[in-house]
Amino acid sequence: MSELRIRFDHVTKCFGSLCVVDDLELDIAKGEFVSLLGPSGSGKTTLLMMLAGFERPTKGRILVDGAVVDTTPTYKRDMGVVFQNYALFPHMSVGDNIAFPLQMRGVGKAEIAERVARALDMVQLSALSDRWPAQLSGGQQQRVALARALVFEPRVVLMDEPLGALDKNLREQMQLDIRALHNRLGLTIVFVTHDQSEALTMSDRIAVFNKGKIEQIGTPREIYDHPQTRFVANFIGETNLLEGTVAGRSADGLRVRLSNGAELTASASDNYTPGENVLVSIRPERIRLDALHGGDNQFAAKVADSVYQGNHLRIQLDEQAHDFVIHLDRKAEQHAPGADVTARFQPDDCWVIRS
Amino acid sequence: MSGTGGKGHLSAIALVAPLFLFIAVFFLWPLGTMMSQAVSDTAVLRILPQTAKVAANWDPETPPTAEMKEALAADLRAADDRQAVGDMTRRLNSAQPGFRTLMSRTTRALRKDDAPPLSEIDERWDDPRFWQAITGALSPTTDRYLLAAVDLERDVSGNIVAMPEEASANRDIMIRTFWIGALVTLACLAIGFPYAMLIASTEGWKRQLLLGAVLLPLWTSLLVRTAAWFIILQDNGLINAVITGLGISSEPLALIFNRTGVVIAMTHVLLPLMVLPIYSVLISIPGNLMPAAASLGANPLRAFVRVLLPLSLRGVASGSLLVFMTAIGYYITPALIGGAGDQMISSVIAFYATGSANWGMAGALGIVLLVVTLLLYAVYGRLSAAEERRN
Repeated sequence: MSELRIRFDHVTKCFGSLCVVDDLELDIAKGEFVSLLGPSGSGKTTLLMMLAGFERPTKGRILVDGAVVDTTPTYKRDMGVVFQNYALFPHMSVGDNIAFPLQMRGVGKAEIAERVARALDMVQLSALSDRWPAQLSGGQQQRVALARALVFEPRVVLMDEPLGALDKNLREQMQLDIRALHNRLGLTIVFVTHDQSEALTMSDRIAVFNKGKIEQIGTPREIYDHPQTRFVANFIGETNLLEGTVAGRSADGLRVRLSNGAELTASASDNYTPGENVLVSIRPERIRLDALHGGDNQFAAKVADSVYQGNHLRIQLDEQAHDFVIHLDRKAEQHAPGADVTARFQPDDCWVIRS
Repeated sequence: MSGTGGKGHLSAIALVAPLFLFIAVFFLWPLGTMMSQAVSDTAVLRILPQTAKVAANWDPETPPTAEMKEALAADLRAADDRQAVGDMTRRLNSAQPGFRTLMSRTTRALRKDDAPPLSEIDERWDDPRFWQAITGALSPTTDRYLLAAVDLERDVSGNIVAMPEEASANRDIMIRTFWIGALVTLACLAIGFPYAMLIASTEGWKRQLLLGAVLLPLWTSLLVRTAAWFIILQDNGLINAVITGLGISSEPLALIFNRTGVVIAMTHVLLPLMVLPIYSVLISIPGNLMPAAASLGANPLRAFVRVLLPLSLRGVASGSLLVFMTAIGYYITPALIGGAGDQMISSVIAFYATGSANWGMAGALGIVLLVVTLLLYAVYGRLSAAEERRN
């Protein structure tokens, strides 16, 4: 990992007896894009607010570039914050909004003009410099907020669900735009979201929050393919979770006996001892419906339901195949309810989680 | 009420009719009457209709003609309303001193059957100045009250000139009124803005308590509040007892019957009018703007000056306007707590209206006050319209 920028050192934040952030540790490297992902109330926004200086930790320390910042007021922290509802100043034009952080830093007039122009250019809003925020669309306001948070080249950019208010297409476009800016400018970004696909799209690493703690932190691929807890497996994407016990090891992976007596082979990282209770997670898009003679991990079942969802076909199997949910390429043959099928997946495509 | 357009229209009118009726009878009509009093001047014309006709072609620089004198004598003989004649005499006397004795002598002489011509009754009837006073007062409308309200008058040739210094103090009192209004507005702003910020920053029962504290005076009678200040501010009142008790000053501070007391009491009474508009604007400002300003590098003071203050100006403007407009109409508080030098224009109006029955002057001063208020309101309207265009 490259140079350390932010360290949360056993940070706890309690409101009365309720602790929304609980003894949390997290390191963020310079130039990294880290998403804090979790359901509402999981403490991710509170953590961001503490980093920005709007809240003080009850216990623990926050270090930025090696220095403890807990007593540093927000305005001295040099962090660009993009708020959920943009928080543009309604009485200032777009250009004045972006010039504001530079004026606060005593930058000269000519330089302000030049840097504002550059920031506007960066978010492709050069033509709208003289407009009032209220005259802009949501996406444009979002880009102004972004330009304002970036124009003073802060050490860290904090984003609190900045895309939540945008519609789907615009949101996806903005995700890619922010991602591109991050890559181009080498920004350190801490991004709070409850949208798992957003986190997967944008982040270098994702920290999955649950009840004030980080359940798992890792790259999007690690989080999606190798969840470590039931919570993470459920929260990130859709998955089929089967309960079972460890039966032993085979060449392909771990043998797991399911509650109905059937066995399957799954990949696993940790050392599991036989008899241990585990969960097996199988992503819906990894399951196929073509029988392979003599293969492992096959379940004969009937189709219980089949729903056309545009880019894929969502098929639900009956209890013989543990009510599997399967996503199939939509060009695949129709599987009408009641049809006999065999569900099959590779040991590589299912993953063992400690229960 | 779709589909029953005409009927719905009618019932809507019926619903607001009581309101319109109320406003018309108890507001518009008295207001109109007072305002017309300020410009109407029929006391002379009512008694002297023939004189008016004859004198229409008279050149004021020349001696009065015989027809004019005859017409005047005829008019005076025909007049049977002594009250109206008295009004006319008073009106003419205010334009030309000496009319009172002249009129009483003339009317007495004219009551005889073989009355001599006017010139023989009194030689002043040959003096053009007295006739100028009559012709000057014949017009049914006049601007003399309005001019007098701002210490102006017309000279003999009809030009508007300043009144002699000693004649009237309306302008001084008017300026004093606006000055006290401005002082009270500033005091309310200085206290009310931080207080409104405090209310807006709290929640729940604390907010209710703080709001209640500012609303309580609003629910108490003005007279009671003023009387309370009367007690608190006097030389052996609460404040002076504390000050002398603590040894801060051996002499009681002069807090009553002077400007200080008036401003203190009026500020207290008018504070809610400042706090409430500012508060309502403050709570409408998105809560994340101040954190945003801080994150962009603005220290609390600069964030206040650059973000919160400009955004709350609308509330400051309406609060200041409300306080100022109410303050310049104040009567009871200066009357009870102020000294002779702190009386405001309302007390002058009250003097003309109830003391000397000069409804014209009372109405004229009222009009001046009303015009100033409307002007301020127009300025405010322009400002807020400019702001609305932006949003």
